[in-house]
This record gives sequence, structure tokens and C-alpha cells, in this order.
Amino acid sequence: MSSVERELLGLKAQSLRLGKVFARHKLGVVGVVMVALFVGAAVLAPYVAPYDPYTMNLDNAFQPPSSPGHLLGTDNFGRDILSRLIFGSRISLLIGMVVVSIATVTGTCLGLLSGYYGGWVDQAIMRLVEVFYSFPFLVLVIAVMALFGPSIFNVMWVLGFVSWPMYARLVRAQVLSLKTTDFVAAARATGCGDLRIMFRHILPNTLTPVIVSATLGIPSAILASAALGFLGFGVQPPTPEWGAMVSEGKDFIFLHSNMIIWPGLCIFLVVLSFNFIGDALRDALDPRLSKQLH
Amino acid sequence: MLKHIVRRLSVTIPVLIGITFIVFAMVTFAPGDPITLMLGSETANPENVERLRHELGMDRPWHIQYVNYMARLTRGDLGRSITYKRPVAEQIKERLPNTLVLAISSTLLALLVAVPLGVIAAAKRRSIVDYGATMLAMFGVSIPGFYLGLMLIILFGLKLRWLPIRGMRGFDYGIVEFLRHLILPSVTLGASMAAILTRLTRASVLEALSQDFIRTARAKGVHERAVLYKHALRCALLPVVTTFGLQFGSLMGGAVITETIFSWPGLGMLAVNAVKHRDIPLIQGTVLVFALSFVLVTLAVDLLYVLIDPRIRYE
Repeated sequence: MSSVERELLGLKAQSLRLGKVFARHKLGVVGVVMVALFVGAAVLAPYVAPYDPYTMNLDNAFQPPSSPGHLLGTDNFGRDILSRLIFGSRISLLIGMVVVSIATVTGTCLGLLSGYYGGWVDQAIMRLVEVFYSFPFLVLVIAVMALFGPSIFNVMWVLGFVSWPMYARLVRAQVLSLKTTDFVAAARATGCGDLRIMFRHILPNTLTPVIVSATLGIPSAILASAALGFLGFGVQPPTPEWGAMVSEGKDFIFLHSNMIIWPGLCIFLVVLSFNFIGDALRDALDPRLSKQLH
Repeated sequence: MLKHIVRRLSVTIPVLIGITFIVFAMVTFAPGDPITLMLGSETANPENVERLRHELGMDRPWHIQYVNYMARLTRGDLGRSITYKRPVAEQIKERLPNTLVLAISSTLLALLVAVPLGVIAAAKRRSIVDYGATMLAMFGVSIPGFYLGLMLIILFGLKLRWLPIRGMRGFDYGIVEFLRHLILPSVTLGASMAAILTRLTRASVLEALSQDFIRTARAKGVHERAVLYKHALRCALLPVVTTFGLQFGSLMGGAVITETIFSWPGLGMLAVNAVKHRDIPLIQGTVLVFALSFVLVTLAVDLLYVLIDPRIRYE
């Protein structure tokens, strides 16, 4: 057996083991199924949604749930709530993914630089991280959004821009211990440049905690963007963003609370599912921790 | 010990400078003209823009503006609010105590729920209580604060009519009214912290229970309850203290939401109104005070840690 084949076999065994641990985690499986449902709804929105999410029909406003043709009822403009929720899943999932991508890429690169080079580079980046950490997250986001104005594009980059420090810290800590290992010394001895060592040799070994944090970062991004939408500083109506939908329903809380209940429930379920997955992943990828906690 | 405190304080100074710079830069380097943004499209004719720009000293180079900004900060001058035509510092002084009341009661509530629940869950690992506590904690971190708040309003305010749903009452209305108005906002704000601290208490009690000193205590014949509450919990509370410090930031963020829902006249509602009215001095002021209070709490927690953890006697 060649070394490549052996390595492949090892990898296969490893992912099998991970899969088993993950599958044992029932809530993790529940999370995957629920996220799959939401992703399905988002991708197939135009086909599965019974109505157009923007079409108003004032004669048909405030229909209660399970009224004919409208499973979850209609809102103050007579728009079908279910259809709006289905289209809303596109927005929330997109924001979650984009925010986490921006934050992980930025944070990982800065963390690599910080840990690998040390010295003033490290000092500068870590001071910046501390400053970012000293702002209450949502407060900083609201302030920046106030200056740039509410839009879905601004929500994504502002949330990403504010979330990177966590990943930078995580990666830096890993790099500090990895950079003294023999395989890095070996790579250097064979003449690898700094960039190659950082990205080909060190980076892949830091990814495990980054993946776990990124999985848990998606629900926080969704929660934050929903909070922005709710306050009116995020995605704006009539876009069917869930947080903005709750905010629209707030004025009718006395008589038509289903305008609030359903979109809020969607946010809760999506966030819960991602949290289930994140927990299961952490258990699967970090056996030491999982043995301790379960 | 003293050395550690001095070192810890000296680390805080660059952070404070960084915070003031970011708060300053948010406005100065933001794209688009903050003055036009502030005036809104109706009143933003060139004349008005120039007048306000000069009034705020924003027609000078940025480094001079920053030095002026810092000079004013050290005098406790946060500028004047454009909407309310009053000094920002004065408004913050009025609102801050209300936010503190809410933050303290939410924290107490979170601790009262989380610590006992976490300890019981750890002691009765894999029991119904344990799974229940874990699920509850998972729900608590996943539910959006505004959703929880609105659901509480619907249930306890509108359906059952047990509790008031908006505003705050001072002590002059009597302690009962004060508490009645405090309950729903505190539950809303404290829920996610309670959830996080429950998980953490459970995990750290479990870890403590596997330590040698617990075995020693049990071997000496210490009663199991004493083992749990005296030996394990004391050691397990250390990470809880640290996490509380870190979570204080999300508590402040949550306060913004909670105060908006319940019309609680605190700093968070002031910040939201400032953003709605594009009142830039007020936005800067509230963000700065939020950040400063977070830094102070983290600092206090770090210093407290040295006092309560007998293993750490820095140098």
C-alpha cells in the first residue's frame, strides 16, 4: 500500500468515526434535518410558496391562521404570511453565510499573520482585537449601521466586519503552538517560504476550531440581523426579512399576534438548529471535551 | 498582586484610546457627509450644512478634530444633542441609572436560575433534570430577545393581564409597582445570560467533580451535599465569573432591544432614538458610554478574579 493510499484510508476511517459520533448526537441530526428544510425552502421558494410575498390585497388583510388558502393567515396588507416566511428564509440564510464567510476569512488571515510573525504585527492586530472586543457587539453594529444606512448589503458587511476578532484570536492561539512543531521546522528546512508554511502547513491544522466556531457564528449572525431588522436599522420592509416582519407585526400585537408569532418562531427554529449542529460538531471534533461534558 | 493590577490597568489605556478613536472615526471617516445625513434631505441646503459643519468643528483637519474631541471628553463634555438641544452628558446621566437597574436585576435573575440549575444538572448527570436543563439552556441562547419579550407581553400583559408591559416606575410609586414593572424586562434581558451560565456552571461543576480534591473530600467522609456545594461549586464558580464579564457586552446589546420593547427609559432606548433621528453627537455619546461601562466591568472582573482564585497570586 502506498503512503497516499494509507493516508486516504486513515482519512476515511477518521471521517467515519466523526460521522458516527455526530449521528449519536440526536439533536445534531435534528439540527441537520431542520436546516435542510429551511435551505430547501430558500432554494425552492418560488416553487413552494403559495403566493407572491409582495402582492397586497387589502380586502383580505388580517386573515387568521388556517383560513382558506392561507395556512398561517395574512398580514396587515393582506400578504400571505407563509409565503413571506419562505422567501424570508433566503435572506436570513444568505446573511448568516455571508457574514460568517467575511468574518472567518478576515479573522483567519489576520490570526495567521499575528501568530506567525509575532512582534509588532502581533501587537498591532491583538490591540485592534481588544478594542473591537470592548464594544458591546450589537451597540457597535447599530452605530455603524446608523452611519451607512439600512440595507441588506450593509447588514452583511457590517456584521462580518465586527465579528472577525473572535476567529483571529482562535487561529492565533493555534498558530502559536503549531509554529514550534517539527513539521513546520521540516517545511522550513526544505525551503518553503513563509506564505507556503502559513497557508499549506499551518492553516489546515487550525481549521477544526474555526469550523466549529463558524457553525455557531451563523446563528449569531442571523440573530443579530433579525435584531437589526426588528429595530428598523437592518433589512427594510417590504422585504420579507423575519426580524422586520416581527417589527411590522408589533403594531398589531393586541389583535393579530400571529403576525409576530410565526416569523419569530422561524428565527428561533433556524438559530436552534444551527446551535444543535454546532454542538454536535464540537463533540465530534473534540472528543476530549465531549467526554468531559457528557 | 499590586504589580498585576498596575499592569492590567496599563493595558486598559490603549484600549480606551482605541475606543475613543473608533467612536470619533465612525463619524469622521464614514462615507457620505454626516452633516447632510444629520440634517436629513429636507433641511440640508448648502447654507445649513456649512453652518452646522462649522458649529461642530468638522471643517478642520481630522487630527485637530480628534485632539479637540479628546480634550472635550476629558472635561466630560460629550457635545450637544441635535434633536433634544441638550448636552449629551446630561441625558446620559439621567438614563444610565435606569439601565443599571435593569442590568443588575437581569444578572441577579440569571445567576439565581443558572447556578442552582447547573449544579443540579451536573450532580444528576443524564437524568431528566439534566436533559431538561440542557434543552432549556439551548432554547435560551436561541430565542431572539425581542421575540421572547413580545411573547411575554402577549402572555402576561395581554392575555393574563398580570403585569404591566411598558415603562418604568421609580421607588416613589412604592416597591411593588417598581418590581412589577421590572419583572418582564428583566426576564427578557436575563434569559440568554441565564442559559449561557447554566451550561457553563454544569460543565465546570462536572469538571470540578472529577478532580482529586473532590475524591479526597469524599474519602474523608464529607457529606455529598457539602462536596457539591462547598467544594465543587466554589471551584466551578471561577469560570462563571469570567464568563459573566465577557457576557456583559451582550447584556448591554440586549438592553438596547429590551428597553425598546418595554419603553424602558434607559441608555439603550436613548441610543435607538439617537439613531432614528440621526443625532450623531448622541449616537457617539451613548456608544462611548456603553463601551466604557463594558471595559470597566471586564476590568473589575479581572481584578476580582485575582482576589477569589487562591491559585493565582500573580508574582
